[in-house]
Amino acid sequence: MRPGKMMRQVLGSIFKKPATILYPAAKLEMPDKFRGKLKYYAAACIGCKLCMKDCPTGAIIINKVGDKQFEAIIDLARCIYCAQCVDSCPKKALEATKDVELAQLDEKRLKITFTLNDPEGKVTEQT
Amino acid sequence: MREQRKFKIPIGPQHPALKEPESFSVALKGEKILGVDIRLGYNHRGIEKACEERTYVQDVYLIERICGICSHTHSTCFVQAVEEIAQLAVPKRALYIRTLVGELERVHSHYLWLGVAGHEIGFDTLLMYTWRDREAIMDILALLTGNRVNYGINTIGGVRRDIDSAQTKEVLKAVEQLEERTHYYIEIATEDMAISKRLSGVGMLPQEDALRLGAVGPTARGSGVNRDVRRDDPYAAYEELSFDVITDTHCDVYGRTVVRLKELLESFKIIRQVLKNMPQGPIAVKAPRKIPAGEALSRYEAPRGEDVHYVKANGTDKPERVKVRAPTLANVRTVKQMLKDRFLADMPIVIAAIDPCFSCTDRMVEIKNVDSEKEKIISWPELRSLSIEWYKAQGVDFTKLNKKLGNV
Repeated sequence: MRPGKMMRQVLGSIFKKPATILYPAAKLEMPDKFRGKLKYYAAACIGCKLCMKDCPTGAIIINKVGDKQFEAIIDLARCIYCAQCVDSCPKKALEATKDVELAQLDEKRLKITFTLNDPEGKVTEQT
Repeated sequence: MREQRKFKIPIGPQHPALKEPESFSVALKGEKILGVDIRLGYNHRGIEKACEERTYVQDVYLIERICGICSHTHSTCFVQAVEEIAQLAVPKRALYIRTLVGELERVHSHYLWLGVAGHEIGFDTLLMYTWRDREAIMDILALLTGNRVNYGINTIGGVRRDIDSAQTKEVLKAVEQLEERTHYYIEIATEDMAISKRLSGVGMLPQEDALRLGAVGPTARGSGVNRDVRRDDPYAAYEELSFDVITDTHCDVYGRTVVRLKELLESFKIIRQVLKNMPQGPIAVKAPRKIPAGEALSRYEAPRGEDVHYVKANGTDKPERVKVRAPTLANVRTVKQMLKDRFLADMPIVIAAIDPCFSCTDRMVEIKNVDSEKEKIISWPELRSLSIEWYKAQGVDFTKLNKKLGNV
């Protein structure tokens, strides 16, 4: 590389804004097609259990809790975030969100139950 | 002068140059390599067997995780085989999207390789430059598929995600920028003395040896073997695209570098054609859960060479047999030839030049007693006691630890 050309790059780099961001003060936006933490809509579920059948890791369990009422237990530690369950669901009862901040100190806190009363999902076993 | 002694040194399984465990036993005389014994098998994960216990839909995601760099390669190769057995008519648009992701993956893999090669020869600036540029491709892949690695774009019968015109523009913008960078890297490779002096004549693999040892991909093309599955046995949308197969007659690491760099330009050409000619229509057809009995062999030109998948179906929703032959398995034998009578210092770059992926390669280990031809099947408890004995002989005793863990 010629020295003149190099100088131009050096000067350009000085005035460029940094490539990194100040996480967690600033957050990166995930792409639209991103497959993050799952969300379950109990009202839409018909209990066909296709998601359970297609899950490669057995991370999702659908339980019948009443007449035409279902709950989902999703193990985020087993989930590989392929979102096949979202594709398999005939009633769009599952959705992949853009949530990526899933780190927990306790593995038990990664097991989440979604019910009709608790559409946001709560930790299955409290520690 | 004292006569130089012959000795053997083990390199690996924790290899100082590569990030994956594999073991090389190098016989040396002074600095000169007399012979290399390659031992694979440290990364065996039993994926083929696991595939037989899962349904086809689940297998797509399992197969995708064979390799982190060429995940699209493996999933496309598997899906192609299953589609052939089930005789599904995959929509054209799906084939084009597969090709697009496949070529973007090739670009990111070649960039990654160029950086690693730069690192192995002590040219870390090249590593920083190429990996910075590689970020652009990773972002594009995330935009198109939702993820930077393990794209999950394939499904049996098509693809899972469509692309729109805004994304097309983004891809074209990134491709234009990267093409300019690639021209710069080609300029560096051809004009910079440091690179050509370090890489020329290192890891020689003459054309006849490449053919005899069954080399594939850029390793073979760098030795003048004109072979590319994309042209010879077109899959996805390659039949309708025009591109050149790059070969080089240097037959050394330099030749492989040039082939990979020029292949980048071909990839950009293919990406442009794909985006221009992308047909409209559906992106997937519904696949049956139960695949009819039959078998299929599928080939795919991975960034590292020809990838082969064999699938046998028995009419249920689970395959009877899945066999994967990753490109590194074909290429790893050439390393022995390349290293013979070379210096030990050339070893990292020669191994890196085949762009090895050992976790792709480790499928099954067959242990044979060299003295007798008889094959022997060792059961799990036998294997366990054998390994305990082996460690004991090395001076490592696990008895205490086993007691502590409760296994007798």
